[in-house]
Amino acid sequence: MKLFLLKRFATLVATLLGASLVVFLVLEILPGDAAQMMMGPDAAPEAVAALRAKLGLDRAPLERYLAWLGGMLTGELGLSHAYGSPVAGLIVERLVLTVPLALMAMSITVVLALSAGVYAASRHHRAGDVGVMGLTQVGIAIPNFWFAILLILLFAVHLRWFAAGGFPGWAEGPGPALKALVLPAVSLAVVQSAILARITRSAVLDVLREDFVRTARAKGLSRRAALWSHVLRNAMIPVVTVMGLQFATLLAGTIVVESVFYLPGLGRLIFQSISNRDLIVVRNCVMLLAAMVVVVNFVVDLLYAVIDPRLAPSDT
Amino acid sequence: MSAPAVAAPAGASVFARRALRHPSFMAGALLSALVVAAALLSLVWTPWPPGDIDVMRKLQPPSAEHWLGTDAFGRDVASLLLAGARNSLLVGTVAAAVGLLLGTALGLLASARRGWVEEAIMRLTDFTFAFPALLSAIMMTAVFGPGIVVSIVAIGLFYVPVFARITRGSANAVWSREYVLAARAAGKGRLRITLEHVLPNIGSVLIVQGTVHFALAILAEAALSYLGLGTQPPQPSWGRMLNDAQALLFQAPRLAVFPGIAIAVAVLGLNLLGDGLRDLLDPRLARRR
Repeated sequence: MKLFLLKRFATLVATLLGASLVVFLVLEILPGDAAQMMMGPDAAPEAVAALRAKLGLDRAPLERYLAWLGGMLTGELGLSHAYGSPVAGLIVERLVLTVPLALMAMSITVVLALSAGVYAASRHHRAGDVGVMGLTQVGIAIPNFWFAILLILLFAVHLRWFAAGGFPGWAEGPGPALKALVLPAVSLAVVQSAILARITRSAVLDVLREDFVRTARAKGLSRRAALWSHVLRNAMIPVVTVMGLQFATLLAGTIVVESVFYLPGLGRLIFQSISNRDLIVVRNCVMLLAAMVVVVNFVVDLLYAVIDPRLAPSDT
Repeated sequence: MSAPAVAAPAGASVFARRALRHPSFMAGALLSALVVAAALLSLVWTPWPPGDIDVMRKLQPPSAEHWLGTDAFGRDVASLLLAGARNSLLVGTVAAAVGLLLGTALGLLASARRGWVEEAIMRLTDFTFAFPALLSAIMMTAVFGPGIVVSIVAIGLFYVPVFARITRGSANAVWSREYVLAARAAGKGRLRITLEHVLPNIGSVLIVQGTVHFALAILAEAALSYLGLGTQPPQPSWGRMLNDAQALLFQAPRLAVFPGIAIAVAVLGLNLLGDGLRDLLDPRLARRR
């Protein structure tokens, strides 16, 4: 088990390094002169040269890459060109919105998807199954930002239960802040749960056909009891895999959904930084999102061993 | 599903007969045909010229003259929707084709050469997975500026590792078959085996995945255009129309409804088509569902 952990951890570090290399190449080497790009084509040459020196662009690429890696480890990410404040501070400020939003959306996804998927599987080929599967097809086809706009139309414009956007912050207690995150989280969750519900359904159906389930039923266990005690745990492997992948899509989705609701989160920061040509902020935010994706999938890998002890490798 | 228990012999008429009886394939084909027809129609005719601004007629409700009303600039919404279909199909086709062609080539190479080539390609796909399509597209627009070409390339490039993985997995299975062994014993080279045996046998998987990623590309482009990073005005685009509509949510909520329905119809059609094709091209899978 230790060896397995060590190996998985080495892969994690290698993947993170690879991802950082991609980000560095695309956002630092590809633009050619990043300073010129950030200041625009009309900037005075002296000003561009000054920024170039300030950003350390006159150093060798490898040196810059290593400096950036070191900066990420120590939290010294440099200054934002547009905001004039430290990038690390900006990011942390935005994470207090994006992390709760992503967790909320993921929780809604899991609850919706598992209940819909298990329900559909238990009604296999009957009206309930066909209905749920039809709904999931529609759910997958709906763009999350459009669903967000429809939610605003219904709950903010017509019913006036929620605000159409904005974020009050956590200072006034969690109540108003969480309320502001409900609609964004739901719009992120609906599409995701449609996909996950389909996976859950087919995973449960696969396990239901296994011999040990038939044995359990033959022993006199009711269908429901067999489902809860035998089927669900065994059906979780593919479900958890997809959950990990979905977390990635969900994080990317926050970029769009935060824009729909004017939420000052990480996604909106990336979007604004692109408009501001603030490449330093873009680079660090993209890297952070990519790192979250990689780490979540690493955790999923470890979860396999917890869910199914047969998959836990031995050291021999 | 009601697929025959024994795989039917592959014949065009047999396929057509089974396709006609397959509900999700037919629904998908119909919806997709509708979108393609809209795009083709917009090339020769739209009720009004889609870009025509007429501020005197702005925000009109649906009427005989303007079927779906007009937007904030007095443009005809129905015409914009028709022309937007062209844009979505273009992005979806090219992005899926880029991913399919490059990804399949890499996957086939990995599968045919094995060893360090396979290892290198697969590790490369590993860390590109850290960047969901939207994130990679946003990264590209940060460098090259917003635009339709950049978004197509960015979405397509993200699909390369996806198709490489799918291709390699399916191709490896074919390589271990006996008829491939026989072909090797007969002295056929790797390239010939890949072209004559491997590619035809993984074709159905690739067609299905191509359809699904076509749909995903349409969604990604719509999101990028909504953010203002994809298709640029005056080129009509469904995502962009939704962005314009959001500012007028209180005055003209209907503007936010139609483009969304258009996107959902296109994506739903392609997904159903993909599902149907999967069942029709691989009867073994159909029986399990």
